[in-house]
Amino acid sequence: MEAGRALGDVRTWGPLLFFQMRRLGVDSVPIAVFIAVFTGIVLALLSSYIFTGAVPLYFVGALVGKTVMMELGPVLTGMALAGRVGANIAAELGTMKVTEQVDALETLAYDKYSYLVVPRVLAATLMFPVVTAFAMAVGVTAGWITAINLLDLSTPEFLKGLRMFYQFKDIWFGLVKSASFGAAVALMGCLRGLGSEGGAQGVGAATTRAVVLGCEAILVLDAFWALVLL
Amino acid sequence: MIALDDVYKSFGAKRVLRGVTLQVPDGENTVIIGRSGSGKSVTLKLIVGLLEPDAGQVTVDGAVVQHLDREALTELRGRIGFVFQFAALFDSMTVADNIRLGLARRAVPGDEIERRVGESLAVVGLEGSEAKYPAELSGGMRKRVGIARAVALRPRYILYDEPTTGLDPVTSADMNELMVKTRDLGVTGVVVTHDMRSAYAVGDRIAMLHDGAIRQVGTPAELQATDDPVVRQFIEGRPDERTAV
Ligand SMILES: Nc1ncnc2c1ncn2[C@@H]1O[C@H](COP(=O)(O)OP(=O)(O)OP(=O)(O)O)[C@@H](O)[C@H]1O
Ligand SMILES: [Mg+2]
Repeated sequence: MEAGRALGDVRTWGPLLFFQMRRLGVDSVPIAVFIAVFTGIVLALLSSYIFTGAVPLYFVGALVGKTVMMELGPVLTGMALAGRVGANIAAELGTMKVTEQVDALETLAYDKYSYLVVPRVLAATLMFPVVTAFAMAVGVTAGWITAINLLDLSTPEFLKGLRMFYQFKDIWFGLVKSASFGAAVALMGCLRGLGSEGGAQGVGAATTRAVVLGCEAILVLDAFWALVLL
Repeated sequence: MIALDDVYKSFGAKRVLRGVTLQVPDGENTVIIGRSGSGKSVTLKLIVGLLEPDAGQVTVDGAVVQHLDREALTELRGRIGFVFQFAALFDSMTVADNIRLGLARRAVPGDEIERRVGESLAVVGLEGSEAKYPAELSGGMRKRVGIARAVALRPRYILYDEPTTGLDPVTSADMNELMVKTRDLGVTGVVVTHDMRSAYAVGDRIAMLHDGAIRQVGTPAELQATDDPVVRQFIEGRPDERTAV
């Protein structure tokens, strides 16, 4: 209801969207890449350890690919961004709330949902998948480099494993999930931020709450998508 | 016209307004005085619908504020400028952008916006501060940007929450003059203050808020001649009598 109406108000949020996309999305790439590199390395080593002897080693490629694209890419990136993006939004809007900047915005005849919430939620919904796609690519690459350098595996073997079980669905499953994570994280940040009371302490509490709720929402949504789409 | 009719407002167990009735005649400056915590800021926020009364009605131009839908409320706010007690400038924006924001919303054309930004900063004595950020300004300067932001809108009403608190005497006098001039341009003002010098200078009428209700309303001369001890104490600035020390 409230959200639908604010969403229709393109004139207000349109110009702000691009700025938020850059701030919430592009600036989050380094942390996502960092996480993906180490995830890829660990997955390659772990799978070779699990498979010792029993399963052909090229399955390392399959396990790294599947896990990074379907689960760890979206979820770990989501968690990291829940901290970064969720906290950022909650702290910013919380400070605006307790310093009456939100009230000031309303007296200037702006709608706080159209002006503050919609651009942030949309930006996060659009940018989480972009950042996650980066993370997927980097994670798989890191797994591959690890496999050919530290494991007794060649590039063709790694790719064979990667292709063997790959379905196009793996990627879009991961990306759809991450879009929903983005929406949830940003929404929690906005609601908690705008609900801040008091002063610095209130903003701090709201920020913590936003991050915790964002992470919880990611885990719940993760299970939900697994039930619905798999 | 702005009118409050038997307005009640509580926060939890704290009963702030208990039957406030006040008319703000068009084209005048109505000053609201009262002790700290008496509910002056709350009263202003009720008028623009930032807060809703628990009982009673606030009407602006015949419309009951709490019954307006979002669109009508937005439209109403377009007619009212609000000067916040603590300025409430957007700290991520420059001074000029703070002023532009409200003008852009009102579909004022671009060159007119720039003219008004310059003009409104000039009337508060801050020409040349366009590119500064609020964090780079002193408290009094921020306050004046807050006033400029409201004045630039050329609204029908301006609600000033303690416009002269924290300003030096000379700047205070300038702001008083600005509020009088603004009224002379036809803008109806509600001025919350506990600066009695300012109240006398800008007020066509002065209303005192006390114990959750309007204790007395009158012209500055009428208030000065009052024999109500509570009002006298306030306007003369005498300390509370202590029963025991
Ligand atoms: N959002 C709020 N939540 C809870 N209590 C509030 C809120 N806003 C105001 N109050 C309470 O209402 C009372 C009146 O506050 P208000 O800010 O209107 O005082 P004031 O007359 O403007 O005082 P001052 O001259 O110090 O600015 C205070 O006791 C305050 O604690
Ligand atoms: Mg106040």
